[in-house]
Amino acid sequence: MNHLHTALWGVLPYLAFTLLVAGTAWRYRYDRFGFTTRSSQLHEHRLLSIGGPLFHAGLLFVLAGHVVGLVVPKSLTERMHVPEWLYHLNALAVGGTAGLATVAGLAILVHRRLRSPAVRAATSRSDLAVYPVLAAVLVCGLAATATTLEAHPYDYREGVAVWFRSLFTLDPDVAAMAHAPFVYQLHALLAMALFTLWPFSRLVHAFTAPVAYLARPYIVYRHRGSGTRPAPQHRRIG
Amino acid sequence: MPRGEATPGRVMAQVAMVMNLDKCIGCHTCSVTCKQTWTNRTGTEYAWFNNVETRPGQGYPRRYEDQDRWRGGWELKRGRLVPRSGGRARRLARLFANPELPTLDDYYEPWTYDYANLTQAPLGDDLPTAPPRSQIDGRAMAISAGPNWDDDLGGGPGHTAADPVLEKISDQVRLEYEQAFMFYLPRICEHCLNPSCVAVCPSGAMYKRIEDGIVLVDQDRCRGWRMCVSGCPYKKVYFNHATGKAEKCTLCYPRIEAGEPTVCSETCVGRLRYLGVILYDADRVGEAASVEDEQGLYEAQLGCFLDPADPGVARAAEEAGIPHDWVTAARESPVHALISRYRVALPLHPEYRTMPMVWYVPPLSPVVDALTRTGHDGEAPESLFGAIDTLRIPLAYLAELFTAGDTEPVEAALCRLAAMRTTMRRVNLGQEPDPDIARSVGMTEEEIHAMYRLLALAKYEERYVIPTSYTAEHGSPVDTGCSLEEAGGPGMYDPDGFHTAPAAPPAPGTATAPATDPSGASLAGRLNLLNWDGRGRPDGLFPRQEGPA
Repeated sequence: MNHLHTALWGVLPYLAFTLLVAGTAWRYRYDRFGFTTRSSQLHEHRLLSIGGPLFHAGLLFVLAGHVVGLVVPKSLTERMHVPEWLYHLNALAVGGTAGLATVAGLAILVHRRLRSPAVRAATSRSDLAVYPVLAAVLVCGLAATATTLEAHPYDYREGVAVWFRSLFTLDPDVAAMAHAPFVYQLHALLAMALFTLWPFSRLVHAFTAPVAYLARPYIVYRHRGSGTRPAPQHRRIG
Repeated sequence: MPRGEATPGRVMAQVAMVMNLDKCIGCHTCSVTCKQTWTNRTGTEYAWFNNVETRPGQGYPRRYEDQDRWRGGWELKRGRLVPRSGGRARRLARLFANPELPTLDDYYEPWTYDYANLTQAPLGDDLPTAPPRSQIDGRAMAISAGPNWDDDLGGGPGHTAADPVLEKISDQVRLEYEQAFMFYLPRICEHCLNPSCVAVCPSGAMYKRIEDGIVLVDQDRCRGWRMCVSGCPYKKVYFNHATGKAEKCTLCYPRIEAGEPTVCSETCVGRLRYLGVILYDADRVGEAASVEDEQGLYEAQLGCFLDPADPGVARAAEEAGIPHDWVTAARESPVHALISRYRVALPLHPEYRTMPMVWYVPPLSPVVDALTRTGHDGEAPESLFGAIDTLRIPLAYLAELFTAGDTEPVEAALCRLAAMRTTMRRVNLGQEPDPDIARSVGMTEEEIHAMYRLLALAKYEERYVIPTSYTAEHGSPVDTGCSLEEAGGPGMYDPDGFHTAPAAPPAPGTATAPATDPSGASLAGRLNLLNWDGRGRPDGLFPRQEGPA
């Protein structure tokens, strides 16, 4: 344990989290107009209709997998008498499939972004920054999942997950992460990079998932002049 | 209550439009002025909030009326009204790729021309050309479609045969029709009473304004899910591919709020558009849109409209917060007269169950023209009434457009127009008035004359009866200035030398004064003619007179 580890696993997560929250709040305040999917379906729809759902649905499963793997402590599943082999088989099968689907979806989406001239022309600079990081995070995560196939795999529930939960108690267990295999460390670092890019790219559209639609009446009425714009000046960000 | 009608439930006001198709010459002035006002920006090159299509024809975007493909509007499912593209859960499941979204090819790929080539091409034997360039990706392209590609059947029978409305009529009729008739159909957003675009918006960004019924997109709440584009059966919501937001016809609300007509109406050379207030019972809309029989939807929608002359309605309207001048305007509304009093205006595709609020007076001219071609006197009452009845083909086609296939209301409307024509012909020829003509279509001579005044003379003040805006929450008219007056809004440019008001010319003899050019006008005193209202003579319009030195 040295200063580098303290900086990487004790300080950096909080910096990334602060940037994510403050950046999103700042953007919502000053660039609400920029909160959009910036869809390119108008330009190209065949590949999108495969790649888009594959990537997004896969990502939702991956997210659920991270919640189960990182947030649920090992003691809880043991108390519920979930056998260790079943837990890991599930993580490998479901997590691996979801991860593969996400990577495949992203590959299709990147391919169409590069090969379709109209979509390529609609690509912004923030997209160019986000896509490589996103791809790297996914590949690293998939590689980490693959390492659980080894004979004596690293138990991330004893290491990475402990560190992750300790972040929320404001008492980061730097040692737990410092001893994790390199691929896990790289995955965590890249994920932090992604979170810092998040507010400044099109990824913000994830925060505006329209769940409230399920409970809304179909027709929306509004008074003239209600909901006036909050910010006087509009700038495009991302 | 003199009319013995039930007390209206929730009275609401709507600014609605009627277009008289007999007068449309297909000049596209409305489309062009609308485009210059609203969609001359990057990302909306392909979007025409107002377009004029030739009928029969495919329309724009092509075959937009094929709801089996695009699934716009509403449908009845076990008696319940649901968006045709499915309920809420299905919509969220399709969030990542909307299967019913038209692609750019269904509209057209916008282009510009490489004009630089005209002056920069190397010297050669051939005259240089300005080849077309795509405005989407900048590459060279072959133009294969446009917003009015089948204008005047320019696309040929191949295009016309694909008209989804024609497909509903039998083959033999189709063939005859293509030889016989053609008319223009200008289209804007319908600002529906039961808007399906609003219903399918997952973000809740689209809304119907309570005060005037205008359907708008909140640009700050739109997240670009694109469901509104497919949800609108008229395909009048467009996706701005540069900003990633939906945009649509706004009924020029900043103008309407100021009591002025929309740009398309103002600039219509045929003077065929009418704007006015309609009072309706919002509580009846849902029931009217759920009428089982599609052909009953026209009558059901008429049943939602309230008679502003009824004192009970006027009282209920003012109780609902509608200002007095709006009720007065509703009484003088040309739209209410054409729709409810004379019953010559019909809704476009009521079978979509959105309760559209831009209605159309069906064209009588094709009938008159066909009659004249066969050697008859096209305007003699006996032959004209007979022709409307026997020329089943235009009737069937118009009925597919305006009444879900029920020819009776179309026939009645055409007969009233024919009665107006023949009555006024007798007046012009100095013949005895024949009250039987008016009576045969269920009108009085006075009503015929009033309708003639509205439709044929079409005075500006009678075509557009628009009260100025109010805010229902306060209940009183307020002057808040133009709704678009904000930094960065349309027409609000950054202050620079060109757009600022002419600055005072520098005092002569000061050290900073620039050397005056021969004309005596300095650049700082230039006038932007676009900001001139045409009144008076602004400073800087003419070069300053040089005083004796």
